[in-house]
Amino acid sequence: MNKIRQPAIIALAAVLTVAACATPNRPQIVTDPYANAGGGAIYQGDLQGGALGGNASAEYFRTTVGDTVIFPAEQTSLTAEARTTLTRQAAWLKEHTGFTASVEGHADEKGTREYNLALGARRANSVQEYLIAQGVEASRIRTNTYGKERPLEICSTELCFAQNRRAQTVVSQGAGT
Amino acid sequence: MPMIRRLTLALSLGLTTALTAAPVLAQDSGPLRIEITDGVVEPMPFAIATFHGTDEVTGLVQNLIAADLTGTDLFREIPASAHLARRDSFEEPVTYEDWRAINAEALVTGEVSVEGDIVSVRFRLFDVVSGQPLGDGMQMQSAKADWRRAAHKVADQVYARLTGEKAYFDSRVAFVQETGPKDARRKRLGVMDYDGANIDWLTDDAALVLSPRMSPDGNSILYTSFESGFPQIKVMDVASVTSRPLTQSGDSMAFSPRFSPDGRWIVYSLEKAGNSDIWQMDPSSGAARALIESPAIETSPSYSPDGSQIVFESDRSGSPQLYTMPATGGVEPTRISFAEGRYGTPVWSPLGDLIAFTRQIGEKFHIGVMRADGSNEKILTESFLDEGPTWAPNGRVVMFTRVTPGGDGEPRLHSVDITGRNMRPLDLSFAASDPAWGPLLP
Repeated sequence: MNKIRQPAIIALAAVLTVAACATPNRPQIVTDPYANAGGGAIYQGDLQGGALGGNASAEYFRTTVGDTVIFPAEQTSLTAEARTTLTRQAAWLKEHTGFTASVEGHADEKGTREYNLALGARRANSVQEYLIAQGVEASRIRTNTYGKERPLEICSTELCFAQNRRAQTVVSQGAGT
Repeated sequence: MPMIRRLTLALSLGLTTALTAAPVLAQDSGPLRIEITDGVVEPMPFAIATFHGTDEVTGLVQNLIAADLTGTDLFREIPASAHLARRDSFEEPVTYEDWRAINAEALVTGEVSVEGDIVSVRFRLFDVVSGQPLGDGMQMQSAKADWRRAAHKVADQVYARLTGEKAYFDSRVAFVQETGPKDARRKRLGVMDYDGANIDWLTDDAALVLSPRMSPDGNSILYTSFESGFPQIKVMDVASVTSRPLTQSGDSMAFSPRFSPDGRWIVYSLEKAGNSDIWQMDPSSGAARALIESPAIETSPSYSPDGSQIVFESDRSGSPQLYTMPATGGVEPTRISFAEGRYGTPVWSPLGDLIAFTRQIGEKFHIGVMRADGSNEKILTESFLDEGPTWAPNGRVVMFTRVTPGGDGEPRLHSVDITGRNMRPLDLSFAASDPAWGPLLP
């Protein structure tokens, strides 16, 4: 985990370590993660494991890139909107090569438990294939399915079902498998 | 400890010949017979003469026998307050006219005695209408703590003799307990008596567990576990509460396992690159092969009781439907469901005559049964979400999960007989799903 591969990152780590010593009880917030990455090096994210700003964080991926795509009922193919989101995800993953992705497929509760596990797996695979086609290394992405076991929304109307038929890409730092 | 409690069927006191003699006698028992498949409208009135015995467990045993029988809705108990006969001992001859006068058609007499840690339950069954004993008297012995099993055994004898069907009360059911909010459910595996008593917990709730399936002998349970972070199949030894993974590949997921009737094989869904197919494994060696491969989703396989066929669910037609094929694989499956809606979770009856399934029509879910060729479909239930039937060991009742809608919706276990008439919730104090009914205990 948190393998440091590039000299520029070591330099940044040193800066952060010094900063962290000054305020030992709080994670250091760096607002511009590229400030110290002079030679075009790729910033690898929060080396202290805390809340680091910038776009090189799981938080940024989740809130700004968009980690979730939704599917029409019983469908596993990607909508135009989903492809737009996934194009952004792919670009981010290609930029942040120190992150790996777990794509979790989900289904709404209107289906049997076992079929929905299979459906979730297929949705996760649709996302994985798209990301690979966009140039993300296959070894950095693995899929999972939760079927209907982990709904995002808990109401029992189409409003919630639509949000629950989803594939969520969860990124984390670390070498690929 | 989740031990299988052994029950002694004592062949003593001149009461009994042999356990296996009872069903034969029942078939020769003349007019007193309930036909379950006909959809009985009027339950048979019967009486239980107050059991003899001084131990405090006497009344409990009698009440449990009554609860088993009336719970089928095939029998109606005439309360003791209406009884005319006053019996001084278990051996006293039956005065049939006293029981005919209150319209009892069958009579159970019994005696409970306790010696040390052993409880003995003796009973006799009488056909009041014809004025004759119905089969031999019997004595059931068990550890006193397991008095419920002795009572279930008596009720099983009465049920089998009066219906001509096989017994099912003395059996266990694996299930999943559900706690916590709907979007962060915690689940753990348990096993209990068919009526919800004697719960033993087999896992903690640290990892999601789904769809347990009992082995034919009831000694082990297949289930799907997220312990690795991904759905994989494990097998639990019930007596020792130890489990081991059967699948653990890094690039595929596995779920929906089920034993073959001889317990030597399992069939299950294996997912690779998004596609779920049906595989067969020898759980002792781990050797596995694909049985059914297609670009469609294939899941929920279940063996016929003779092991020759498999019924499963596939969406190869565009929506989930039921198919059968030889268990050896290699043959194009035969589609057996054609009606409106989506079909899933087919389970072959232990009698081989019927397949139970989940069917979704529009916004409603149903449990239904059909013949193995898909004919004579009968819908038994309807709700916001019913799913996952499991057969009682006698093939005459199914248990299933019913989920209530909404943010605070939760699953509960229900049972229904194959006439669809006797639907009732299981008496459990917590939310539970995915019942898996085990065999009749020895």
